[in-house]
Amino acid sequence: MTAPLEAVEPAATQAAGPAGDDRPARRGILRYALSKAGGALFSIAMVIVGTFFLFRLLPGDPVRALAQGRNMTPEQLDLERRKLGLDQPLINQFFDFVGDTLRFDFGMSYEYKRPVLDLIGDRIGATLLLAGVGLAVAVSLGIWQGMRAGWRHGSRFDKFSTGTSLVLWSVPTFWLGLLLLLVFGAYFKIFPSRGIQSVDAPDGFAYVLDVAHHMVLPVITLVGVVYAQYLLVMRSSLLDEVGQDYVTTARAKGLRDDDVRRRHAVPNALLPTVTLVFMRVGFVVGGAVTVETIFSWPGLGQLFYEAVRVPDFTLMQGTFMLITVAVIIMNTLADVVYHILDPRVRSA
Amino acid sequence: MSVASARRRQALSRFWKDFGRQRTGVVGLAILVGAAVLAVIAPLFIDESVTNVVTAGGPKMAPPSLDYPFGTDESGRSILLMVWWGSRTSLLIGFLAALVSMLIGTVLGIAAGHFRGWISAVILRVTDWFLVLPSLVTALVLAAIMGGSTFTIIMAIGVTTWPSTARLIRAQTLAVEARPYIERSKALGAGHWHVTTRHVLPNVAPLLLASTTLEVASAIVTESTLAFLGVSANKTSWGTMLRGSYDWGAATAGAWWYILIPGLCIVAVVMAFTLCGRALEAVLNPRLRKAGA
Repeated sequence: MTAPLEAVEPAATQAAGPAGDDRPARRGILRYALSKAGGALFSIAMVIVGTFFLFRLLPGDPVRALAQGRNMTPEQLDLERRKLGLDQPLINQFFDFVGDTLRFDFGMSYEYKRPVLDLIGDRIGATLLLAGVGLAVAVSLGIWQGMRAGWRHGSRFDKFSTGTSLVLWSVPTFWLGLLLLLVFGAYFKIFPSRGIQSVDAPDGFAYVLDVAHHMVLPVITLVGVVYAQYLLVMRSSLLDEVGQDYVTTARAKGLRDDDVRRRHAVPNALLPTVTLVFMRVGFVVGGAVTVETIFSWPGLGQLFYEAVRVPDFTLMQGTFMLITVAVIIMNTLADVVYHILDPRVRSA
Repeated sequence: MSVASARRRQALSRFWKDFGRQRTGVVGLAILVGAAVLAVIAPLFIDESVTNVVTAGGPKMAPPSLDYPFGTDESGRSILLMVWWGSRTSLLIGFLAALVSMLIGTVLGIAAGHFRGWISAVILRVTDWFLVLPSLVTALVLAAIMGGSTFTIIMAIGVTTWPSTARLIRAQTLAVEARPYIERSKALGAGHWHVTTRHVLPNVAPLLLASTTLEVASAIVTESTLAFLGVSANKTSWGTMLRGSYDWGAATAGAWWYILIPGLCIVAVVMAFTLCGRALEAVLNPRLRKAGA
């Protein structure tokens, strides 16, 4: 929530190694990338260890929790326990868990009776499609509006777009989705309200159109809540540039207003915004879980939601680790790319 | 002491005058006070029975009418009364979760800024780790594992949202500790406790107020999202009402009142907190004040 209001503060400035500032730039970058990669590996290890202990904190007997509702004899419960390795000492369980996780073996889902990895494989495409398109639209819309709003600071467009985005920012993702469902899915019936394709999905190009048709409402929901932060950051970083000497120089040279903006101010202002796209990817993931739930989009988010609802702890554990690790990797990449692109951070 | 307290009173009145100039902030504050008062006095007029499906007497899924100004839900309960009663849970969880998050963030932020060496390094590492965790997903897992109760929801939100506060407070602590009077204080023999509580804390407090205000807004949204995703304290809140509307298919059935009213409550309160928080920031941050934001 506070995201768009605080200045973009990439971890770069404070996490960089104490030495290495005066070295040649390229070696500095390599060093930096390596130290960041080390940090990311450490974070991933913490996620794995944390997940193990978190899911052992389950109140009561995990087997009973897993077998809830089903009639089972004590012998069957014992068998289940042995299958899950719960009869082993905790330390053995821990090493088994780490070993399995490193081999991408996340265990069997209780609900689906299939390996968690297979389930994830089935669902990940839909999520990448939704989140990718949503992010692309949100980023272009946010940057474009933020650019215009920041350049004409205080104008009617500025007030309107900043106001709209702040309102959308206050709206819970799922409520926006419900409203869109109500208006476009139920009242006007222009867009399908659930799923990724029609029951009688056509082939070829018509199939692509069908999926695109199903994607409209989920993408609008995701964009509506996410783009505000890009707009606000783009606007404020452009505002920082407007007062700079080089902008005055560019104007004094007689460049047209458009050229000053496009060629001089915007490229400098773009950097923090682009980094933010990756830095806040965890936020997009949260949005994706909600959006997929509302529109029954068969992606990773919906899988995770179902795991929470059942609850299917093996599935929850696997999807949680995968999502978290993906977010950590994206953040690290953003950090390193920012470092390469922005010489100001490098020399600081 | 009296000199100090007089100066503080003066600063407070100046702060009020500055805040009064932020028109949107005053509007936000008015909405907040109104909502809080309504939530507190609710037990004088209604009780938990308005959320009881058995005693509900109204027509089912009726659109707004004179008897039921905001319509009824699938069991014939009045949406108006449920929204009123549910505001207590939503606001309570929002406030307490923000408080938990602020407490953790402040303690760790000041510690990371005040101490040098390994303490600061360890806290920073942990903060960065929590910062990259996708907070909604983590909160869902925590709440699902610990089981749904008001306490677990509050903890799940608080534990996943403190890192940004910690970062903010650490930066401010570093700035405060660089000032000469801290050196003077240390030279006079002040220990860690004295420096952090007597000098650092009062200096970061205004900033903390602004960030907590914004945090409450985000905690209310998170609570409703968790409730919507099926992890709730089993009490009526705006989020559980929206969950109910979704389960019943209110969107496809065109029962707009069931979706609109609880959602508008969330948006109004969240916007009010956001406006207040931004006004506070504008008053407290001289850089923003100069820019006229």
